[in-house]
Amino acid sequence: MKKLVDLLRENARLTNEQLAVILGTTEEEVAKEIKQLEEDGIIIGYSAIINEEELDKNAVTAFIEVKVSPQVECGYDDIARAIAQYDEVDTVHLMSGSFDLSVTLRGNNLREVALFVNERLATLDGVLSTTTHFILQRYKEKGVNFAADEADERSLVSP
Amino acid sequence: MIDYEKLLSDTIQEVKFSGIRKFFDIASTVENVISLSVGEPDFKTPWAIRKEAIRNLEKGKTAYTANSGLIQLRRALADYIERKINLKYNPDNEIIVTVGGSEAIDCALRVLCNPGDEVLIPEPSFVCYAPLVKMAGGVPVTIETKLENNFKLTPEEIKEKITPRTKALVFPYPNNPTGAVMRRGELEKIAEVLRETDIAVISDEIYSELTYGGERHVSIAEMDGMQERTILINGFSKAFSMTGWRMGYFAAPKPIAMQMLKLHQYAIMCSPTVSQYAAVTALLECDDEVLRMKDEYNARRRFVVKGFNDMGLDCFEPEGAFYAFPSIKSTGLTSEEFCKQLLNSKKVAIVPGDAFGESGEGFVRVSYAYSLAHLNTALERIKEFLTELKSQ
Repeated sequence: MKKLVDLLRENARLTNEQLAVILGTTEEEVAKEIKQLEEDGIIIGYSAIINEEELDKNAVTAFIEVKVSPQVECGYDDIARAIAQYDEVDTVHLMSGSFDLSVTLRGNNLREVALFVNERLATLDGVLSTTTHFILQRYKEKGVNFAADEADERSLVSP
Repeated sequence: MIDYEKLLSDTIQEVKFSGIRKFFDIASTVENVISLSVGEPDFKTPWAIRKEAIRNLEKGKTAYTANSGLIQLRRALADYIERKINLKYNPDNEIIVTVGGSEAIDCALRVLCNPGDEVLIPEPSFVCYAPLVKMAGGVPVTIETKLENNFKLTPEEIKEKITPRTKALVFPYPNNPTGAVMRRGELEKIAEVLRETDIAVISDEIYSELTYGGERHVSIAEMDGMQERTILINGFSKAFSMTGWRMGYFAAPKPIAMQMLKLHQYAIMCSPTVSQYAAVTALLECDDEVLRMKDEYNARRRFVVKGFNDMGLDCFEPEGAFYAFPSIKSTGLTSEEFCKQLLNSKKVAIVPGDAFGESGEGFVRVSYAYSLAHLNTALERIKEFLTELKSQ
C-alpha cells in the first residue's frame, strides 16, 4: 500500500497496468487498493505539478503568514475554513510557531494578490495580522527539481 | 622512429578493445542521448559508507594496509560469506581484498594458466574473461549458452568442451548481460561434471545480491566437493553501489589464495585504504539499503521486461543482475544495426548483444539501472522506433 502511494505521489499518471507490473501484482488488485485509498480519504485528488511562472510570466504565488485570534469552542477551525473557501487560495495549514495559519495563493499579478490580502483576507473577523511573501524563484516542487536533472555522472556506456 | 608493433607484445596487440567500448565511441558522437547502457548502479553509495570514508580521511588513515587487506575487513567478509552462502573461509589466509572483482579475475587466471591451458568461458558474458585468459597465456574456449535454456549453462555443454588441457571454468552468474542465474538444482548438475576432474571454477558472483524471486543466490562453491576447487569472486560495486571505490575480494582455498596473494602483492600492494574502511561499514550496517535497492531494481525489471514483450521484442525473464536481454531477431536487423539505427533515429543507446560474444548476436543488452521515469521515456522511444521500422 505504501509503495503504491509512493509511486502515485511521484507520478499519478501511471496506469493501473503499469503500477501492477512495477509492484508485481495484478491490475485488479491495484484498482481495488486505489479505490480503498480514495474511499478512506488518503488519496484526496490528483494534480499536475506546474511551473507556474513558465505558464504565465506575470503570475505570482504568495505565501502569507496569518495571525488570528482563536475563538471559543472552535479554535482556529472556523477562520481557517473561511479562508480555505476562496478559490484563489491553494493551501491553508495551521502552523506551530510564531504565526498561526500559513496560506498560499496564486494570482495573475502582484496587484491582484495584494488586493486579495488587503480586502478579503485581512478583513476577515478574527484575523489579527498578515505578512505576505512573494515567491521569487522555484527550485523544487513536490519532489521535482526545477533545475536541469542532476547530471548522470556515469559514462554513457559501461561494462 | 621506433616501431611500436615490434616493441609491444604480440599477445596484447592481438587483444581487441571491447565491443562495449566500441559502441561507447559511437554513442558519444550523438548529442542528447538517453542511455540504457550503463553497467553500474544509479544509486549513490549509502551515506553510512561515505561517512565512514570521510571519518577515516579526517583521521588521516591513508597508509598502506596489509597486502591482503585490513584484517577487520577480512573478518567481516568471512562472516558475511558465511551468513550469505553458508561457507567458511579463514580470514587469515583464504580471503583477499582486491581492486574490484576484475583484479581477482585477472589474478585467478594468471595463477592457474600454464601456456596453452584452456579456460572455458560461457557466452554471452562480461567482456574481460577471454582477453585476460590470453594475457595469462591460456586459450579461451567459448561455451555458447542458449536462449532455450534461458542462457543457463548445461552440464552437456561443459562436457562437450572439456579436453585434457582444460584448466578452469569461468562461471559468471548472475550473468551480465543476460540476467541468467543458476539455481541450486542446476548447480548440482554442473558440480557432478566437475567433481571428478582437476578443473578449477572461477565463480564471478559480483551480482549475487541482485538475485530475484523467492530463492536466494546460491554459489557453486556450496555444492559438495566444490569449495576446494572454486575461486569465489565478489565485490562491493553492484550490491552496495560502490563502483568507483574499486573494492572487490576473492575467497579460495589457502594453496590457491596464497599464490594469488603473491601476484596481488607485487602488482597492487593493497586495495585503497579509505575504501577498505568504508567497506567494513558496508558489510556491517547496510543490509537494509541493499534490500531497498534490490527491491527497486526488481520493480524496474518487471517494468522493462513487460515493456519489451508488449512491443513485440521477446524478452526472457532475467532473474539476476540489472539487465534485460531482449531478442531483436524479429526486426531482421543485426544487433549492431539495430543499436546504431536506434541511436541515430531515437537517440537511445543500448549495447549490441554480440559485444558479449558471438552468441549474443540477435539480442541487445538493456540496463535498468535507471529511474522508472527514465526507463519509461526510453521504452516509448524504442516502441516508436519499431513502429517506424515496420512501416518502412
